[in-house]
Amino acid sequence: MKRRFDLILILLLLTVAGVLFFFLRPGGEGQYVLVTVDGQEYDRYPLSEDRTITIGEEDYNILKIHDGAAAITEANCGDHTCVRTGEIRRSGESIICLPHKVVVKVIGGENSTVDAVS
Amino acid sequence: MKTRDIARFALLTALAMVLSWVESLVPLSVTVPGVKLGLTNLVVLFALYRMGTRAAWCLSLVRVLLVSFTFGNAFSLWYSLAGAILSLLVMMALKATGKFSVTGVSVAGAVCHNLGQILVAMAVLRSTAVAFYYPALVLSGTIAGVCIGLAGGVLVRRIRI
Repeated sequence: MKRRFDLILILLLLTVAGVLFFFLRPGGEGQYVLVTVDGQEYDRYPLSEDRTITIGEEDYNILKIHDGAAAITEANCGDHTCVRTGEIRRSGESIICLPHKVVVKVIGGENSTVDAVS
Repeated sequence: MKTRDIARFALLTALAMVLSWVESLVPLSVTVPGVKLGLTNLVVLFALYRMGTRAAWCLSLVRVLLVSFTFGNAFSLWYSLAGAILSLLVMMALKATGKFSVTGVSVAGAVCHNLGQILVAMAVLRSTAVAFYYPALVLSGTIAGVCIGLAGGVLVRRIRI
């Protein structure tokens, strides 16, 4: 009897995951990356131009835009999750550095469902 | 509190700390932060079923504080705390309904742990960008919750301390 409720719960959660995957899926190739620090817009850069930006001074993240993709190549935050995230290029994809409160997000392009959410 | 309870509580706290540490040594995913097995939840489940709600709360909170001060930093404390509190609240509620086995309770706890952490991350970053990770976390949390729940069920039934 209890197993039945467990199973219902598990199926429900898997459905929720599926629905969330669908709605939060990245769109096509993006046009810009929007950088926010502590919730404030820091700047935005077109993905079409190669460049390297250092975000912040003492607490820094080095953002590299190359071949239409953005990646954080170096940072002095504790966990380096941002560096391990790798390259992002599709609309809605993000790189997040929690310790420095930095969010790099691809915007523009078709089907940017995540923009509608945020 | 009897001496026996104190010893039991101390033993479980130590075990929870060790499991937290072991888990931090083996990251399951490099791309999505927060994907983990949740070994510590074995101990919390055991406490919840065998020692009662109050013991489970004490154990969970003491564990979070000790682990954050020992291995973590000021940031990790808030993430762990939010995850632990939300997870235990929901596990308590589901257990109280009497309709779920340890597996169901564990699955709900795992998914809520991740939810708590995502909510704190959203508040800290003042951005919803982290929500992007949540679908993967719901999936991984459900799978991990089933594994921990099945193992936890066996422990709750078999272990005599």
